Amino acid sequence: MNTATSTSRTWKKPPFIQSPMLRWSLVVGGAIYLALAFGTMDVNWGRVADGIPRGHRFVSAFFPPDFVSRAGDIFDGILESLWITIISTVAGIAVSIPVGLGAARNLAPRPIYLASRAILAISRTFPEIIIALFAVKLFGFGPFAGFIALSIGTIGFYGKLLAEDIEDMDPSQAEAVRATGAGWFQWLNYAVQPQVMPRMIGLGMYRLDINFRESAVVGIVGGGGIGATLLTSFDRYEFDSAAAILLIIIGIVMAVEYSSSYIRKWVQ
Amino acid sequence: MLRIVDLVKQYKTGDTALKGVNLEVPDGQVMALIGPSGAGKSTLIRCVNRLVEPTSGKIFLNDMELTSLSQGQLRRARRRMGMIFQEYALVERLTVMENVLSGRLGYVPFWRSYFRKFPQSDIDEAFRLLERVGLDHMVDKRADELSGGQRQRVGICRALIQQPELLLVDEPTASLDPKTSRQIMRLIKELCEERRLSAIINIHDVLLAQMFAERIVGLQLGEIVYDGPPDGLTPDVLTQIYGEEDWEATIEKVDDDEQEDIDTAPQRASGSD
Repeated sequence: MNTATSTSRTWKKPPFIQSPMLRWSLVVGGAIYLALAFGTMDVNWGRVADGIPRGHRFVSAFFPPDFVSRAGDIFDGILESLWITIISTVAGIAVSIPVGLGAARNLAPRPIYLASRAILAISRTFPEIIIALFAVKLFGFGPFAGFIALSIGTIGFYGKLLAEDIEDMDPSQAEAVRATGAGWFQWLNYAVQPQVMPRMIGLGMYRLDINFRESAVVGIVGGGGIGATLLTSFDRYEFDSAAAILLIIIGIVMAVEYSSSYIRKWVQ
Repeated sequence: MLRIVDLVKQYKTGDTALKGVNLEVPDGQVMALIGPSGAGKSTLIRCVNRLVEPTSGKIFLNDMELTSLSQGQLRRARRRMGMIFQEYALVERLTVMENVLSGRLGYVPFWRSYFRKFPQSDIDEAFRLLERVGLDHMVDKRADELSGGQRQRVGICRALIQQPELLLVDEPTASLDPKTSRQIMRLIKELCEERRLSAIINIHDVLLAQMFAERIVGLQLGEIVYDGPPDGLTPDVLTQIYGEEDWEATIEKVDDDEQEDIDTAPQRASGSD
């Protein structure tokens, strides 16, 4: 045993970027960029000051929220939004399963992989609201346009995450089922599905939540649902009804949030 | 009988894992395949059921040539070869029974397997096997709730319910404690005897290989360097397979005449016993 070492050796965590030149020029460059960016942001403090009391009046117009006088419109809008949400989530997930399988590198041959990734990339390029604008132009105002927009959004979201989850699966479990002589669909059902299912259910719930919130947004550009009702109440300066609608949206999103975390725990 | 002729496997990276391996395993023989990591043991048994595609060479299971089979024929051929894996490779979120029955997937149509409506004869056989390995009280437990030894027993059932002619066993004891390792190896050996199965067992533990296999094949850098009975593993042979090391303690029992060859082995560390 050699306990008697005369000098102790120092140790420091090695830096993330090796070259000190590069490291320091990045730090200094970042600081300069930040300073310039703040400098170019032209804030008119006078207008900010004007805005504060106006905002105050605006917010106080929301109170008390009025659930009653437009109850019929609100109820119809919510119902339509829920309809759009559920149908578009189900349809979007149904389409994204084959696309997601095709986009998993460990499953699909190269050409199918590239084609599926292209579909995912295109549907993820445009935000739901842009697709909704197109859909309203194509199919006219109403919930069908909203349904199309949200379905396409769901394909991009769900297909990509499904493909990535499949790529991350444990290859030894998949190999073991393949070694039994299982067919391709049997292999999917016995080796792949059990591994990705819990996460997919969780993501499905999350997408349901997103689609409900987005259904309010696409409604504003003509996609039907509660968004249309919300827009109407703003146009009529009925801020108390608008407040009621916003509270209902918050309530539903919270309900989905709580139930989804419960369901996720249950399917693990 | 399994017959491997001039088997070569070259990976895309350029590494040659197998350099022309010739091997015959008669029916009912339990053979251990030993060798250092990277010697090509896993590649060799995966070439047999073509989880790894061989580069060249031929493999015969009885009179069926495996390397030229089409995808559909390969699926049918795989049913005749059961495989037992390192780290068990059970599908963790499926139940014990589903894992065992997945060994029958090659025999049932998709919709029956999808609705878990396997023929009663398969279910009877699954219960029989689970009873044989002492797990028939755990059929509805999920695989990830079991201990290591229990999981490997489920893995053995999954392989055997295929009614295979050959068992391919890849490091069955790699993550098990010594006692469980012995139990698992004994179980594999007994089941092979009961069913007149031949088996190729990849194994790191030389002592276990000697205890439970009737024949040992040593693989080194993709070539067979030893093929013989368990008691033929002398320090010289082990040095040839694994490289220089003190092999005295590893060898179960060394014959007197071979004791003289030990001077080639490096000096023993003092007081290691």
